[in-house]
Amino acid sequence: MNHPLPPETSERPLAPGQRLAHAARTSLSESCVQEIQALATKYPDKLAATLPALYLAQADMGFAGLEAMREVARVLEIPEGHVFGVATFYTMFHQKPVGKYHLQVCTNLCCALRGGAQLFEKLRQRLAVQPGEVTADGMWSIEEVECLGSCGTGPCLQVNHEVYDEFIDDAKLDAVIEACRQGHVPEWGK
Amino acid sequence: MALIRTKPDSQSYTFPGFGSDRFPNFMLRGAGDLDNWHLKTYEGRHEGYVALKKALKMDPASVTAEVKTSSLRGRGGAGFPTGLKWTFMPKDTDEKKHVRYVVCNADEGEPGTFKDRAIMEYNPHQLIEGMIIAGWAMQCRQGFIYVRGEFKWLIDKLDAAIQEARDAGYLGKNILGTGWDFDLLTYRGAGAYICGEETALLNSLEGRRGEPRVKPPFPATRGAYGQPTTVNNVETLAAVPVILRIGGAEYAKIGTPNNAGTRIFGISGHTKRPGLYELPMGTPMDFLVNELAGGCSTGKKIKAIIPGGCSAPMLDEKDFDCPMDFDAMKARGTMAGSGGVIVMDEDVCIVEATLRLTRFYAHESCGQCTPCREGCNWLEMILHRIEHGEGRREDLDLIASLTPRINLRTLCPLGDAACGPIDSALQKFRHEFEYHIEHKRCYVKGQALTVATPAH
Ligand SMILES: Cc1cc2nc3c(=O)[nH]c(=O)nc-3n(C[C@H](O)[C@H](O)[C@H](O)COP(=O)(O)O)c2cc1C
Ligand code: SF4
Ligand code: FES
Repeated sequence: MNHPLPPETSERPLAPGQRLAHAARTSLSESCVQEIQALATKYPDKLAATLPALYLAQADMGFAGLEAMREVARVLEIPEGHVFGVATFYTMFHQKPVGKYHLQVCTNLCCALRGGAQLFEKLRQRLAVQPGEVTADGMWSIEEVECLGSCGTGPCLQVNHEVYDEFIDDAKLDAVIEACRQGHVPEWGK
Repeated sequence: MALIRTKPDSQSYTFPGFGSDRFPNFMLRGAGDLDNWHLKTYEGRHEGYVALKKALKMDPASVTAEVKTSSLRGRGGAGFPTGLKWTFMPKDTDEKKHVRYVVCNADEGEPGTFKDRAIMEYNPHQLIEGMIIAGWAMQCRQGFIYVRGEFKWLIDKLDAAIQEARDAGYLGKNILGTGWDFDLLTYRGAGAYICGEETALLNSLEGRRGEPRVKPPFPATRGAYGQPTTVNNVETLAAVPVILRIGGAEYAKIGTPNNAGTRIFGISGHTKRPGLYELPMGTPMDFLVNELAGGCSTGKKIKAIIPGGCSAPMLDEKDFDCPMDFDAMKARGTMAGSGGVIVMDEDVCIVEATLRLTRFYAHESCGQCTPCREGCNWLEMILHRIEHGEGRREDLDLIASLTPRINLRTLCPLGDAACGPIDSALQKFRHEFEYHIEHKRCYVKGQALTVATPAH
């Protein structure tokens, strides 16, 4: 759990909903709504569709912000509060936009022993982006993540939701960045 | 069909002598070969679904008895006897017929652990067969495989393999003419280590926040969707077809007494040949570290080894010969856990390594209970200031007074897990902490293990 943030200013702190980024549109695409509706009967209970529905909404809107959460609640006919709670619990639902290529580096111990922390610093400098931000051209965002289950093949890097790139050294890092630039890696949400 | 992995991975899965009688290969057959996952390969080359056909001719109670005879213990971390766990499921009576579930824990989030991934990558049918047999033994109609969200490509692969099994009549209605129906569904997690804890997993499977539940009631009484449920690890379930095929008594002969069978050990960190090695339980740790994995990759001396995933207390030199099974590890004050062996050379700053692990627990605490939520954050803060040259002389006593207030006082074992590394580090490498506080810098000169300004 992330510890509650201190209020941003000495004035009244923002309510959680007000801290969230806004999406370009307020409703999901028609095809996404249908996919979510199909999920409602897949599991023994429609509440169980919350996580898969949030994945779909996130892919549709680019991130799981307030609008995406509201839409999931509306389509599944479940309480908004439930969806907010779930979306903010899991780290793979992003409450603000990420880059077309969201690069996730494991910096947990096994990877750190093989240079995970240095890889993250290198990425931060090369792409000139801080964690939690997106580059001005919308291309890149980076995130330090916990163990990805690739400890033997660390340091490892995951681009969006693709198969990991393993044993990353300078040459491999160049290759991954180049592959993204050339469009050989599916964009976020595709 | 969904996208299937095409990029091979590049770690060790084998060693000279693997597959012989001394080192049987049960769990890693065909590992490394990306085409190995298909049903036809599993049936053609790896005696696939032979065990299922055998099991379906037995009555469910004898299947459970066979697993009990094998003395298989859970590979997820706690080492609970699997056959015994299965008997906790309630029996049907004339008045009440239970809806029951079998759930596979494929959350694999423990740092140092990467074995379940290999089973799902190369032998998904072995897991599926194990789940069907478990489903038969406990008379379930539905099983779930809860997979961590980052393994998206493995979920696609499992879905494809499940469809193959369905087409072949191993899943679905009236399986192999027995009149029994059983099916499997995959469920994708969304990035939370705590969802590996079985009751948190069940909450997540129901579409809720992954917060552990108060026990009792145990999952065998009230589990997924309020129904009796058994949760088992991927490797545990994948061992079940082996047991049915060769017989429980034969399986029990492998390994050490009460710790039967083989287990996949993952070795990572400062090692020459990182990877997965399947070995009989009770194999000495230095055999794995030095003979199979080639010793320390940096050519230096090994300072510490974490023997069972990062929650296991670390061991120093005098315990490197420890047999890798549940009981022997426990006797040395640590645990066999998930079988992830992490090797650290003499240049690793133990303070920083402990800080990194504690940061992990502080981040992954679900926040439900105070000792864990507050305690892990306090531990992280104290270790952070020691590491960054602002440690105070009384800090070590402060840590020593904090951990007993977390350990065994939390709702789920994450709190205990957070205390394991830090207590053992303080006990075995206390001088490094003292040096840090006194000299305001590291005792050793290894590379940094933490990012300068962490995001969380
Ligand atoms: C914080 C925490 C994380 C866990 N993570 C996992 C995991 O990733 N995979 C797993 O199989 N078991 C994990 N476990 C253990 C499970 O709670 C449970 O004991 C196990 O799935 C039971 O299966 P088994 O009897 O086959 O070992 C975790 C436990 C705790 C307390
Ligand atoms: S021990 Fe930690 S992770 Fe477990 S329930 Fe309590 S707060 Fe949550
Ligand atoms: S520690 Fe990096 S993948 Fe496990």
